[in-house]
Amino acid sequence: MAAHRCSLSALLLIICSLLVFIVADSEKATLTGDHHATAVDNLQTVTETEEGAAAEEPAVEEERRWEETVVEEATADKEDTSAPETVVQSSVPQPKDDFQEELVIRPLHSGDIYASFQFRTLWETDFMRGNKVSHYRLFPKSLGQVISKFSVRELHISFTQGYWRTMQWGQPFLPSPPGAELWVWFQDSVTDVDGTWKELTNVLSGIFCASLNFIDSTNTVQPSASFKPLGIGNVTDHRFLRYATLPREIVCTENLTPWKKLLPCGSKAGLAVLLKSEKLFHSSFHSQAVHIRPVCQDWQCKTTSWELRQTLNVVFDLHTPGQGKLEWSLFKMFSRTLTEACPLASSSKIYIDITDDPQGEQFEVSPATHLLSQAMVLGDRRTFSVYDLTQQITFGTVRSLNLLIRWKSSEGDMLRPLLHAERYVAGYGLQTGEIHTLMYNNHPYRSFPVLLLDSVPWYLRLYIHTLTVTSKGKDNKPSYIHYQPSKDRVRPHLLEMLVQLPPNSVTEVTVQFERALLKWTEYTPDPNHGFYVGSSVISSLVPSIVAMDTNSTREQPLFSSFFPCKEESSYFMRVYTEPLLVNLPTPDFSMPYNVICLTCTVVAVGYGSLYNLLTRSFQIEEPSPGLAKRIANIIRKMRGVPPL
Amino acid sequence: MAAPLTLLLLVAVTVRAALYRSSLADLISERVEVVSPLTAWKRVVEGLALLDLGVSPYSGDVFHETPLIIYLFHFLVDYAEITFMLADVITAVALYLSVKDYNKQVFRKQKYALEADRYPLDCLELIRSPKEMQYIPLKVAMFYLLNPFTILSCVAKSTCGLNNAVIALFVLSTIKGNVLLSAIFLSLATYQSIYPLTLCAAALLYLLQRQYIPVNLRRFSFWWFVAQYAFMYLGSLFVIVGLSFFLLGSWDFLPSVYGFILSVPDLTPNIGLFWYFFAEMFEHFRLFFLCVFQINVFFYTVPLSIKLKEHPVFLIFMQLAVISIFKSYPTVGDIAASFIKHHKASSASSLNIFLVSCVLLACSALFPVLWHLWIYAGSANSNFYYAITLLFNVAQILLVSDYFYAFLRREHHLSHGLYLKRKDGSEATLVLK
Repeated sequence: MAAHRCSLSALLLIICSLLVFIVADSEKATLTGDHHATAVDNLQTVTETEEGAAAEEPAVEEERRWEETVVEEATADKEDTSAPETVVQSSVPQPKDDFQEELVIRPLHSGDIYASFQFRTLWETDFMRGNKVSHYRLFPKSLGQVISKFSVRELHISFTQGYWRTMQWGQPFLPSPPGAELWVWFQDSVTDVDGTWKELTNVLSGIFCASLNFIDSTNTVQPSASFKPLGIGNVTDHRFLRYATLPREIVCTENLTPWKKLLPCGSKAGLAVLLKSEKLFHSSFHSQAVHIRPVCQDWQCKTTSWELRQTLNVVFDLHTPGQGKLEWSLFKMFSRTLTEACPLASSSKIYIDITDDPQGEQFEVSPATHLLSQAMVLGDRRTFSVYDLTQQITFGTVRSLNLLIRWKSSEGDMLRPLLHAERYVAGYGLQTGEIHTLMYNNHPYRSFPVLLLDSVPWYLRLYIHTLTVTSKGKDNKPSYIHYQPSKDRVRPHLLEMLVQLPPNSVTEVTVQFERALLKWTEYTPDPNHGFYVGSSVISSLVPSIVAMDTNSTREQPLFSSFFPCKEESSYFMRVYTEPLLVNLPTPDFSMPYNVICLTCTVVAVGYGSLYNLLTRSFQIEEPSPGLAKRIANIIRKMRGVPPL
Repeated sequence: MAAPLTLLLLVAVTVRAALYRSSLADLISERVEVVSPLTAWKRVVEGLALLDLGVSPYSGDVFHETPLIIYLFHFLVDYAEITFMLADVITAVALYLSVKDYNKQVFRKQKYALEADRYPLDCLELIRSPKEMQYIPLKVAMFYLLNPFTILSCVAKSTCGLNNAVIALFVLSTIKGNVLLSAIFLSLATYQSIYPLTLCAAALLYLLQRQYIPVNLRRFSFWWFVAQYAFMYLGSLFVIVGLSFFLLGSWDFLPSVYGFILSVPDLTPNIGLFWYFFAEMFEHFRLFFLCVFQINVFFYTVPLSIKLKEHPVFLIFMQLAVISIFKSYPTVGDIAASFIKHHKASSASSLNIFLVSCVLLACSALFPVLWHLWIYAGSANSNFYYAITLLFNVAQILLVSDYFYAFLRREHHLSHGLYLKRKDGSEATLVLK
């Protein structure tokens, strides 16, 4: 007992000395003038020298933040050094969950506006240890239960309306194919993966009010290389991976409402108040997604936590050709302005991409901000204006923030995306066809390998021996091909291959297929509209043109740090091609009875004539007696007289 | 006699080789009338490509050939054209030889019957003269080799040509009286596509007749022979299936080949009766009608064997015709094979053969036209093509039943005399009763 007490006091002593050390250390850091405190903000905050009025504010801010950091680090000595923003949180013992929200707005060269919302909830818990998790704070309970019930290790789901035009808009922060996409890594303790997957899709279908229950074995594949786990965990056995797309899924309000309900503040406060469906769906592109994965809490990855990322990307077409004036504002886009951050959020920010216009020549942002940030996004160094919604000063005197961008001129050149792809069906008639996939490598001098994943439904029978890959007029043999042929009414074709794209080239992949005639009940209600074939997925590590800043690899904004990337000189990129619409031959739906009757008649003709010949024998024809004679014979028979 | 045959073979091979070189070959090999999912050459190549990729060809639903075919073409894929031409030549020669041999037997039988005065006097004109018999083998070979259906099937490299060769060899070995070879070739044919199983009865009847064993269920010698034949047949079938298993290392091919033939999952249009019927079928009746249609193919064996137990060679022909009409994925190649013995009974026929052949010709011309209208032009729908398949099948059925009728009638005349008289002495007409 005494020994026990002794060890306890020793532990206390150690903690105290540790505290003293940390305080001293951080003091030293500020004395040397290091921007340690601002780095906590995940950004390289730079003060703009041009604006003299704003010069004193950052200094004040820096001091305050430094204070926060000290308190923060003193109270929580083990984990979660990121995002120590609010004083409220740091005064109480550090909760094990954390919520951040941000909005990135990027003016596109086509005159459209790209707005990307990201909401991240981190929770240090273990769903897998029985059913102990019952108290939910920020993490949505419905998803938590799904994770523990179905032993999900990673879940990625997206609903997209419209097609992302890579050539006009550049790369999205998070790519997604048109329609619904779902891919899930299960824990390796799951024995019946297919059964669990079936149940999971039905549950998700209920949660998101989407037709995910139409995911069955005919549109589910197990990619061997294209979809690796994005969170921690080293199990990459693709038996535990399921991937499915529903290219025909229509995304609308009924999918947005349940998605918003997963947010801690709902649509009551914070950035989510902007998500009004009548505006969001009046857009060129809309994509909402949920990503769940286990992530590391600290450098050594001693503790893991679950990350829930909800993203919503939308492209507004505000360009009206009649009016020469181009401007947009939060109010014009979302018919709302911002008045506060979500009180539960530890960080709430708006970023505006001003890379193309650092001097304010092309457009003008108001209210102006002094905070700038740089980040590496998809191989490109971008500059952003930052608005921190947790600061009251952001909202100004009117207590509402309505960002406004006014275009002055509309010239400017976009950096062509290094990798993009397109796909189409060639051929005519309803018997055969050919799928062409074009992959463009726009890098001026480097070739890089890409992984192409194609999942084609069984009713387009692919002929793998007709597969050709050509680039620059020459045959380009894929170094890896994983092909799983389809089974009728059971599973789709899966074609995965690793192709090296030569620099500055177009690589064309063609494969022929044959269209099947289906049973009349297997057609959709509008069979002559055609059948959708999901997008091909092209995943690649693209060499970046800009050398990446190695110091900022860890402390990046959320939207640039999604895909883990070990190699600094290249970045991960995923491109989805267009879904295909393919016509199939159709039977006449109006005449099943006629067909059954007519075919059976023919069979009966065959049976009847053979039966006739088999059972009868030849006899000499007796001329049949006349009617009168027959009647007379009957009468004679009755009388007992021999017939005539 | 060999010189005309050689000439015929040369002509046939030349025609095929010329067509292989022409641009028509690609067009023909895509035609649904010529190739079915079971026999398409494109699918054989696909199977080989899958094998090269290290994927089992039977893991997908494109390849439905038997393992022996895939291993045959694994070595012969570069010589495929020669292989298919050779298969046609083998078929023709085998038919030639078997018909020649059969003619000799018919002659011998006829001579004995004449000597025994078994034929009525007035039907001497029905008896075959050696002169007209002389050219029959050549006619058969010519009919097979220069038949446009056979040529199309060969140019499309439909593996149905190989099946026909196996069946022709089976017929030859049966007629030559070689029990073992007959059983082996029959098991090969069964292995290729289940349906030739029904030829078993015909072969047995013929071999029994040849060895003068009466078909008597109470005789031991009858059962002993049946057991011998069944043992050889099943034994060789077992060996072949076992060999396929060892080549492939799995039983995947069983559901993929035989399950595919029997359950008809692929509804690609063809000239048969199955595709549209099962495309339009109500789901809960599907299994029932599938059973009915498949039993229909096998069902005729029993009554036909009873009726034709004295004429097993004609029985073989009838079986082939029934199979080619009612099988699940028929092609024109099958029909060509079933035509081969048509001449046999034709001498006594007062048939509507003109009508039937006109219908068959018109259908053959209309198939591509209506296919084009449906699939490419979009101005017709599936019913058009379906209607023509129905008509084609009706014509085939009429043809077969007419031949059957003619054959039965000839047999009746041979035993009862050609000019039948009624009791009152006036001329009588024959009717089936």
